[in-house]
Amino acid sequence: MTAALPLVLTVFVACAVEAIEALTIVLAAGLTRQWRSTFQGMAAALVVLAAIVGVLGPTITLLPLTALRLVVGALLLIFGLQWLRKAILRAAGYKALHDEASAYLREVAAAKAAPEVAKRGISDWYAFTLAFKGVLLEGLEVVFIVITFGDNQRNLGAAVIGAAIAVVVVAVTGIAVRAPLAKVPENAMKFAVGIMLTSFGTFWGAEGAGVRWPGNDAALLVLIPVVAAVCLGYAAWLIRAHRLSEAAPPATGPAVTSPAPVTESEEVTGR
Amino acid sequence: MMRALKSFGAFWYDFVIGDDWQVAALVVIALAVTALLAHVAGFNAWWLLPLAAFAALAWSLHRATAGKR
Repeated sequence: MTAALPLVLTVFVACAVEAIEALTIVLAAGLTRQWRSTFQGMAAALVVLAAIVGVLGPTITLLPLTALRLVVGALLLIFGLQWLRKAILRAAGYKALHDEASAYLREVAAAKAAPEVAKRGISDWYAFTLAFKGVLLEGLEVVFIVITFGDNQRNLGAAVIGAAIAVVVVAVTGIAVRAPLAKVPENAMKFAVGIMLTSFGTFWGAEGAGVRWPGNDAALLVLIPVVAAVCLGYAAWLIRAHRLSEAAPPATGPAVTSPAPVTESEEVTGR
Repeated sequence: MMRALKSFGAFWYDFVIGDDWQVAALVVIALAVTALLAHVAGFNAWWLLPLAAFAALAWSLHRATAGKR
């Protein structure tokens, strides 16, 4: 179990971030529309996710480990670098921080404006589709992380445990406070997840390409802090550059006075 | 039908590639070069992929903030 702890913790943090975003959408649908259709939407999304896990999980384990590590390593590395890119841009102030409170208010406003329409046996189609899409999209990332990490470590059970604990903790907290979890340091969590995805992706991807790491698996213990140090360095560099640009007089160049609005893929994938 | 296929493709592109396709391209190129060195030249370039990842991230951050600094 001790050997599986880093795996459980990595999957837990990654899945907690996704669960918090799904919770925001579910709360907006349930509290402003109706819980019955919201729960039906959630249940439908969970069935689809379970089907994806049921099909993909066993299929991926049939792949040879080298090919699996090459493909999954490449995907995790690309995924991780995108998470880090956004987290660093947010930390430096070049991109607006993802704010669960304002995301919740946006969803609530849209939910209040939409008419209540019954469709296909669902009494409130809007609440159903809002909850379905939110849980399915955020859940897909959870599934991706669980399957890739679990299969690569040949310990799918530990990955599932990490994900399950994250979902339960977030759900129970959400039910208790009945509000979006706005005080969670989401950007810091995303930064940490980006470091783990990038480190594991680099390690597995290179192994899949035929590399033998110095020290074998112990190389990860060096790789993770190195990735963290480099990314913290990039963040510090951009924070300093942003501050200097704001302090400079307007004639020296266009200062960034406010973060750019979040308009990119975060709306789809939650990264 | 075409619209559904397009939005399906757009979702997966966004899900995997994200905002900067050049990062993904650099990762794939670095992996290919690493594999070639390992299997053809018998050279263990374990350092190549981490360096390429750091360079790809720095390049992407530089382009995202160029003109704003």
